[in-house]
Amino acid sequence: MKPTDTKNPEYFHKVVDCQYACPAHTPVPEYIRLISAGKYTEAYMINWESNVFPGVLGRTCDRPCEPACRRGRIEEEPVAICRLKRVAADNKDDVRAFMPGVPSEMNGKRIALIGGGPASLTVARDLAPLGYEIHLYDEHAAGGGMMRSQIPSFRLPDDVLNEEVGYILDMGIHTHFNTYVSSMNEILEKGYDAVFVGTGAPRGRDLVLPGREEAGKNVHVGIEWLASVAFEHTHKIGKKVIVLGGGNTAMDCCRTSRRLGGEEVKVVVRSPFAEMKASPWEIEDAMHEDIPILENHVPKTYVIENGKLVGMTFEKVKAVYDEHGKRTLVPSGEPEVFIEADDVLVAVGQQNSFPWIEKDTGVDFDQWGMPLVDALTHQSTNQRVFFGGDAAFGPKNVITAVAHGHQAAISIDLHCSGEALTARPAPFTNLVSKKMGIHEWSYDNDVVNDQRFIVPQAEKKAALSDRKLEVELGFDIQTAIKEAHRCLNCDVQTVFEKDKCIECDACVDICPTACITFTLNGEEDDLRTRLKAPALNITQDLYVSDTLPTQRVMVKDEDVCLHCGLCAERCPTSAWDMQQYLYKVTKAG
Amino acid sequence: MTYIRPKFRHPDLPKNDLGYTTREYEGSLSTLCAGCGHDSISGSILQACFELSIPPHRIAKLSGIGCSSKTPNYFLGNSHGFNSVHGRMPSVATGANMANRDLIYMGVSGDGDTASIGMGQFVHVIRRNLNMVYIVMNNGCYGLTKGQDSATADAGSKSKAGSVNPFQPIDLAGLALELGASFVAQSFSGDKEQLVPLIKAAVSHPGFAFINVISPCVTFNNNPGSTKSYDYVREHIEATGKTDLVPEKSEILASYESGTGTEVMLHDGTFIKLEKLAANRDPFNRMDAMNALRNARNRNEILTGLLYIETETEDLHHTINSTDRPLNTLDEADLCPGSAVLAEINEDLR
Ligand SMILES: Cc1cc2nc3c(=O)[nH]c(=O)nc-3n(C[C@H](O)[C@H](O)[C@H](O)COP(=O)(O)OP(=O)(O)OC[C@H]3O[C@@H](n4cnc5c(N)ncnc54)[C@H](O)[C@@H]3O)c2cc1C
Ligand SMILES: Cc1ncc(C[n+]2csc(CCOP(=O)(O)OP(=O)(O)O)c2C)c(N)n1
Ligand code: SF4
Ligand code: SF4
Ligand code: SF4
Ligand SMILES: [Mg+2]
Repeated sequence: MKPTDTKNPEYFHKVVDCQYACPAHTPVPEYIRLISAGKYTEAYMINWESNVFPGVLGRTCDRPCEPACRRGRIEEEPVAICRLKRVAADNKDDVRAFMPGVPSEMNGKRIALIGGGPASLTVARDLAPLGYEIHLYDEHAAGGGMMRSQIPSFRLPDDVLNEEVGYILDMGIHTHFNTYVSSMNEILEKGYDAVFVGTGAPRGRDLVLPGREEAGKNVHVGIEWLASVAFEHTHKIGKKVIVLGGGNTAMDCCRTSRRLGGEEVKVVVRSPFAEMKASPWEIEDAMHEDIPILENHVPKTYVIENGKLVGMTFEKVKAVYDEHGKRTLVPSGEPEVFIEADDVLVAVGQQNSFPWIEKDTGVDFDQWGMPLVDALTHQSTNQRVFFGGDAAFGPKNVITAVAHGHQAAISIDLHCSGEALTARPAPFTNLVSKKMGIHEWSYDNDVVNDQRFIVPQAEKKAALSDRKLEVELGFDIQTAIKEAHRCLNCDVQTVFEKDKCIECDACVDICPTACITFTLNGEEDDLRTRLKAPALNITQDLYVSDTLPTQRVMVKDEDVCLHCGLCAERCPTSAWDMQQYLYKVTKAG
Repeated sequence: MTYIRPKFRHPDLPKNDLGYTTREYEGSLSTLCAGCGHDSISGSILQACFELSIPPHRIAKLSGIGCSSKTPNYFLGNSHGFNSVHGRMPSVATGANMANRDLIYMGVSGDGDTASIGMGQFVHVIRRNLNMVYIVMNNGCYGLTKGQDSATADAGSKSKAGSVNPFQPIDLAGLALELGASFVAQSFSGDKEQLVPLIKAAVSHPGFAFINVISPCVTFNNNPGSTKSYDYVREHIEATGKTDLVPEKSEILASYESGTGTEVMLHDGTFIKLEKLAANRDPFNRMDAMNALRNARNRNEILTGLLYIETETEDLHHTINSTDRPLNTLDEADLCPGSAVLAEINEDLR
């Protein structure tokens, strides 16, 4: 293999598994260390710069970082990265002084943001401090998009959302609430320098089966129903409720039903339980609230008696897999199942829809009705129009919407300055030694053995009787610090300087997880088999040095390195050093 | 501050025939200087015992005094151990072996511990062909007492303080050959690929197995002008990393290709594979080994690998016809066979 080019900013970035997996590339280990040091405000601001909604995300994020966490490859569970973010948000001081100011002189450019969700708000957050005049349109009375209309208050209290939406709107954003934009042409005619479409994926799918018409108002489309609960139009539901669907929307629907009078709430899914789309923790929380989940039930009919919905029938199926692992659901032959219900909530999918974008706007759509959008620049076929969030590539989550917002803001800024959108500025990086003495590092390098700590929850009876009572209570500070210590500091990189190495093997012998091998060079596939422990995880890189005096090379498998620094402590010549790598995604401006 | 090794290990560590990983053969965290050659030898001993699938409780580690003699703390933490007095490891090993011949005896010593204060013990344990592995971690100095020249320091070798050693060195491998040792090898701490198989062969050898391992003292004897530094040793032996199992590493100039391979069967049926033997070398011929060693020395080269092996060898228990069983398994009936047997013996003496 060729010697690893550690000057490439992506090499060490990739070693920081959590940060790399985060769509917004939040410097996770850095804020976790700040939490252990009691520096909640600083930890909050590091988050805020990257992901804009630390308080919201610390409660609701889809957490792509956690499955990526190196700790999960070393023991059972990853670090509770998401819930530590909340600790920073809950314990910070007043952060308003640290928010970027808006220049007294504007730059003369005007931007329209359609939709007030996290994608648009992120664009606003990045462009307002640069002097852009921002106009934000949303059909609802307040900003936040689906964070407000969909995510229930027992998972995300209003005041947390209001605070973080407020930080952005306070940057002099011109809000046009209660304004549904019904024509893109009208917006374009207003002469904005750029238009950002962050309208989300606002349409829920209905499930049309025999009896649907007669069932009428007792069958609800999940996301519409959740929005009407959030905006206080709906206060009640029947005692017996069926929720159709196995995603996160279904989990929010069933748990909300339990709080609005649903006593026998059942989630019914077509697929096997193990293949449900909802996040494991959301499923767990629903089951904790006495909501059974029935698998392998395919809905057949709405059953109507005396003109009123009384339940549904289901066909039982089983999953059969062909040799490619492709699944088909085949009838199991068991008798049809009838389940009683006063109300049915349909949570079987969410779609984009752009009825308000006319054919002649220059914004082209594909055969599925999705806009043609560049994956990097977020520009549409109309150079002035940009898309981000769920509107761009279909429904995802808040953190992805934020990441899109940052990228779109860069593009809009380049567009308004007349520069090529592909000439994107490089990320900010910095690599600094943490060495203080032979056995001393300016980071906490001892690896604790603790298992993941559990976040306490509100008492169930109280939670079920109040739709707005937050269920998760968050870590107390002592537990938070213990959980923070589980972080392996993956941003503190093992940096190897070949010319200093005397090939004494000290690092090889001390490394607890057998990461380091000195051997003859070879092709990657071959090298991976010849290491002290086989490097089976091909998603993790091998760090390879140039040829040493004995003709061998140093090969380090990054996979399960504990970043404990023992290699550097045992190296007599400091050929190894532990250096903190800070990587910040470029922002507009 | 780290003086604790994290408990986590690589999840895909290879397992040996006992189902153990190297973890079961680890000791406590080394307190030697960072980069000390001795730590590397510890790593090789650990690796060899792991690869041989020896149950750790079947090994007894013995040592004298010195940095080298401290190392048994840092490997095989689940084995027996005895850290004896300076230079007295061989007599403790002899006693232990006489009492329990079922254990594997792993003796670790230094050049000071062996070639100075322990010289008398060393020569006698060779002479008796005690069944043990005797490893000298040879750094040419007294590391533990801050680097004074030892009796293996080469004449002309320069110490860290700048003084030049005026005395001729004792060549421990040559001495072992001369005294009739049945297994003699030489290696370098920085060459695990050679050392691990040598240790495995030494453990399998049914008599006294001596390995002289050059092991740089990074703190007191790794300076320019020292003939036991990493750089000097690397320049005066063949480059590491090309051979399988037990290789014979010959003079730096001789190419492996010129030689042939051969296999040696040991008493327990295992083979030692000697590959790429240098031309003109015969590892079964003591005179040849002594000559090769001397010739290499004359050229300022360090001959490493298996220098000599005598496969048909009889250890001390054989020679003195001692009991087949460990003493702790002998019961009263074995030890006090009764007056009838005594009468018989007395009768013989009349
Ligand atoms: C029930 C449910 C629960 C969810 N839970 C989570 C969660 O826990 N964690 C997570 O990360 N994600 C969650 N999501 C997904 C997440 O809410 C979205 O991915 C995210 O909000 C998308 O952000 P966005 O900025 O693209 O648009 P949105 O948040 O969808 O905001 C778009 C806004 O634009 C408005 N709008 C649309 N069209 C127009 C128009 N023509 N004129 C004016 N206004 C318009 C909409 O009303 C809306 O307010 C959940 C989604 C649902 C449905
Ligand atoms: C009877 C006795 N005499 C002297 C000493 C002092 N002493 C301790 S270690 C040592 C020399 C050790 O040298 P070596 O065996 O080469 O070990 P190294 O530290 O170099 O590995 C000496 C002389 C002692 N401990 N006991
Ligand atoms: S920091 Fe060094 S010693 Fe620690 S696990 Fe990583 S490579 Fe091994
Ligand atoms: S400890 Fe340092 S000098 Fe020794 S082999 Fe490792 S990197 Fe090289
Ligand atoms: S003094 Fe020398 S022999 Fe002793 S531990 Fe340090 S480097 Fe090793
Ligand atoms: Mg010594």
